[in-house]
Amino acid sequence: MCLAIPGKIIELDKKKQAATVNYGSGTTRKANVSLVQVQIGDYVLVHAGFAIQVLDEKEALETLALFKEMLSLQEGS
Amino acid sequence: MFSLRDKELADDIVSQISKAKVHLKFMHVCGTHQDTLVKHGLDVLLQKCGIEIGQGPGCPVCVTTPKEIEEILLLAKQGKTIATFGDMTRVPGITSSLQQMKTEGCDVRIVYSIEDALLLAEKYKEKEVVFMAVGFETTAPTTASVLLRSPPKNFSVLCCHRLIPPALKAILQMGEIKIDGFIEPGHVSTIIGIKPYEFISKEYHVPQVIAGFEPLDLLMGVWMLMRQIQQGKAVVENEYVRAVKPQGNRKAQQMLQKVFEPVDVKWRGFPVISHSGLRLREKFASYDARKKYEAELGPLAEEKFTEPVGCLCGEVLRGLISSKKCPLFGRECTPENPVGPCMVSSEGNCHILYRYTKK
Repeated sequence: MCLAIPGKIIELDKKKQAATVNYGSGTTRKANVSLVQVQIGDYVLVHAGFAIQVLDEKEALETLALFKEMLSLQEGS
Repeated sequence: MFSLRDKELADDIVSQISKAKVHLKFMHVCGTHQDTLVKHGLDVLLQKCGIEIGQGPGCPVCVTTPKEIEEILLLAKQGKTIATFGDMTRVPGITSSLQQMKTEGCDVRIVYSIEDALLLAEKYKEKEVVFMAVGFETTAPTTASVLLRSPPKNFSVLCCHRLIPPALKAILQMGEIKIDGFIEPGHVSTIIGIKPYEFISKEYHVPQVIAGFEPLDLLMGVWMLMRQIQQGKAVVENEYVRAVKPQGNRKAQQMLQKVFEPVDVKWRGFPVISHSGLRLREKFASYDARKKYEAELGPLAEEKFTEPVGCLCGEVLRGLISSKKCPLFGRECTPENPVGPCMVSSEGNCHILYRYTKK
């Protein structure tokens, strides 16, 4: 039920609060963006037809490195 | 970019957990977490490392009460057009289910989003469309968003939204099960942020980690809980930083605030939990199916509702037993012929276990 899928906004109609979201492999679908502040190119999490949060690209790219650092600190402690 | 896969890192995490030689019991409250755990065999792997991790009441369809099911069945019987998510249509009531009633001629529509239900109401002005709104804090804002757009008068909502933190508190207060830490649901947390969980750690000294849904997210979440316990800490940590902001989604929170107010509600398998449900504020009364159809639903007010005979969904939802301990599991109760909702919903503990281990 709380399943949410990440995708990239490729079209945005701010007036209608509707976006076209690309989920990769050619899959696109409309999503309502009334719950978030977004622009074209943003990555969002989509749940039940609504974008519920904007994903942080920088954090996503750094996640693995952060995990590795946490583990090595623990190992060394 | 948003899927995390790194075998070496996974090995390192598991190795550190294993070396710690702990015996801990963690609970999560999310069907998607359970899916990742069972699908990738992490539940078994962690058990070998001394960590038992089980699903609590984290499946909105499963915790919907028999009374709520009867309410929607009665409205369907009276000729309303019922729109709801797919799993909900298969939950057995006392004598029928929405799916069964559809085969008998009732108008039941499966929708992907509340927006589809709204479209139905706009298209068929002569029909009374009732959307059965289930879901936690992740889903409730979608209902709020639609109601704030002044939908047509023939649209209403049977509100069954529930809130996660009060349920966590109820589990700890009931004291039936020892819990060393909670893995908190990532997508609920994208909306509510970190703060609403903090009282759990403060009042009950239970560590919590908000986690994402990749196998590495969950392994790391478990590792972070273990680290807190080793350090004698009990705080809320956020593993899912790429999606969960500390303050959550303020815009969604404001919309929730405008449309709903908290209410004491029962959860399947639980007694009434204080402030754990949402109901529509007075301003939205004309869209509240319970008020709009008060006369029709009246007879249900005095009735007592019981769980299906032999069904242990309540015990499963409170984390007391594994689905496999239920005598009906995989015998009288299967996804094709479910007795209780945990075998119906793709997020239910029984359905997930059956899906990956019985076939």
